[in-house]
Amino acid sequence: MEMQDYKSSLSDTKSRKFETFSYLPEMADEDIKKQVQFVISKGWNPSIEHTEPANAFNHYWYMWKLPMFGETDINKILAEANACHTAHPKHHVRLIGYDNFKQSQGASMVIYRGPM
Amino acid sequence: MAVKTYKAGVKEYRETYWDPNYTPKDTDLLACFKITPQEGVPREEAAAAVAAESSTGTWTTVWTDLLTDLDYYKGRAYRIEDVPGDDTCFYGYVAYPIDLFEEGSVVNVFTSLVGNVFGFKALRALRLEDVHFPIAYVMTCGGPPHGIQVERDKMNKYGRGMLGCTIKPKLGLSAKNYGRAVYECLRGGLDFTKDDENVNSQPFMRWRHRFEYVMEAIHKAEAETGERKGHYLNVTAPTPEDMYERADFAKELGAPIIMHDYLTGGFCANTGLANWCRKNGVLLHIHRAMHAVIDRNPHHGIHFRVLTKALRLSGGDHLHSGTVVGKLEGDREATLGWIAQMRERYVKEDRTRGIFFDQDWGAMPGLFPVASGGIHVWHMPALVSIFGDDAIFQFGGGTLGHPWGNAAGAAANRVALEACVEARNRGVQLEKEGKDILTKAAKNSPELKVAMETWKEIKFEFDVVDKLDVAHK
Repeated sequence: MEMQDYKSSLSDTKSRKFETFSYLPEMADEDIKKQVQFVISKGWNPSIEHTEPANAFNHYWYMWKLPMFGETDINKILAEANACHTAHPKHHVRLIGYDNFKQSQGASMVIYRGPM
Repeated sequence: MAVKTYKAGVKEYRETYWDPNYTPKDTDLLACFKITPQEGVPREEAAAAVAAESSTGTWTTVWTDLLTDLDYYKGRAYRIEDVPGDDTCFYGYVAYPIDLFEEGSVVNVFTSLVGNVFGFKALRALRLEDVHFPIAYVMTCGGPPHGIQVERDKMNKYGRGMLGCTIKPKLGLSAKNYGRAVYECLRGGLDFTKDDENVNSQPFMRWRHRFEYVMEAIHKAEAETGERKGHYLNVTAPTPEDMYERADFAKELGAPIIMHDYLTGGFCANTGLANWCRKNGVLLHIHRAMHAVIDRNPHHGIHFRVLTKALRLSGGDHLHSGTVVGKLEGDREATLGWIAQMRERYVKEDRTRGIFFDQDWGAMPGLFPVASGGIHVWHMPALVSIFGDDAIFQFGGGTLGHPWGNAAGAAANRVALEACVEARNRGVQLEKEGKDILTKAAKNSPELKVAMETWKEIKFEFDVVDKLDVAHK
């Protein structure tokens, strides 16, 4: 294959990434469902956050309600993610799995991408 | 209590230092040595000699022995075991009272345990296989300045392993060209780049210039990608004063992480630097140059699992662990054994992984194992499967050797890593389905496609020299 230029620049906001899975294509609904299933299977607490793409670098995004402690119903979690996305269609929406034993996030991924 | 009288002369070690009825105390520090005695030296005598020479004993009785309670302070050989598969040697277990070691001093522990005794004439060879540190001692050590959880928060990396790259050629680049190589890697999607261990402050690139250019590279890559980045600035130096001067400057520039070589630099320097890092909020990457000199011979030296424990106590947030799959030595089960000592809160005795003792790490944070050396995108499924998420994968040649350059090489690695983690989360068996996962991911990433074409045929299949001891009969 012929050599290609690596397209990335300060002026092109499409160059901005947002950590885990941001180098993969945007997830389809079926993929999102499997990742939610993974978070549940690990016993982590699902949580939804969102932010303007321009502020994605900040540690703190806006919480969508509170983390869903103990929630294991995939459809309820997906419904909250979807409600957040509908309310903020121009924001990145991320799914977090809080691992309270490690005091960390076992998973964190943007599942709906705002326009860049 | 019977009063002892002084009798000059040489006594057999086993009279004093072999105590098969001894039950180790919770506060004892325990060591397992692989002992290869000289012809004709009985096992009990050899084990007792090791206990004596690594604690209170010397070759002859001295009158000042009687001014203290040597029965309390002495190390005791308390158990002997066959080495599976090798009749030339045996395992000797020694218990040491905690009072023999200065609090928080890895230096002092090793000066005793692997001091004069390793040159002792009655032994042909001696290897320190494992050490149990009582929790009472562990809690006197500083340990990793930050640990896995804090580093994840600081760097904002969750739910995946992190990616690094050692900048090459390791020697000879000017500081400005070196910074260019760093920038290209980071803008392409790596989380970290790394100074090679040989890079300190040579005439062709003094440390101050390197630090400045590297920090510009980090800042631009962060602005461009919107992600947090770092470069392990090597502050290993000829003297502690130089080391701290470099660490201070790195902090002044806002560097998130610095680096040290803990064996060539020494435990004293390492522990001091780890304390500095804790005070100053700078992460600490640890390289292990010289380890193979110490740990590779199956009969003599110190096993790497012991060097791992030494580092966790002395302090470091990353430590090289071997890759299992790349160009450097490392048996899979044994590697998993010492990786557990880096990351876990409690590690149970498990001979299938070469772990001789339970080890309680208490409140001491865990650190990231670093897999580095001869790995590329095709190794990614195996790496994610073996190491899980709490690890750093470093692709040097596997990034810089990409036909389109560092940024493309970095992107290829990042896509491969994310594709593997995404598939694993979906329940896919990585080592079985690895090729399909990568091939599918490459459809959206020409950089990965080219990387897969470039490295397809590379394999490293030499047998390991230092294997776990297993029965041969």
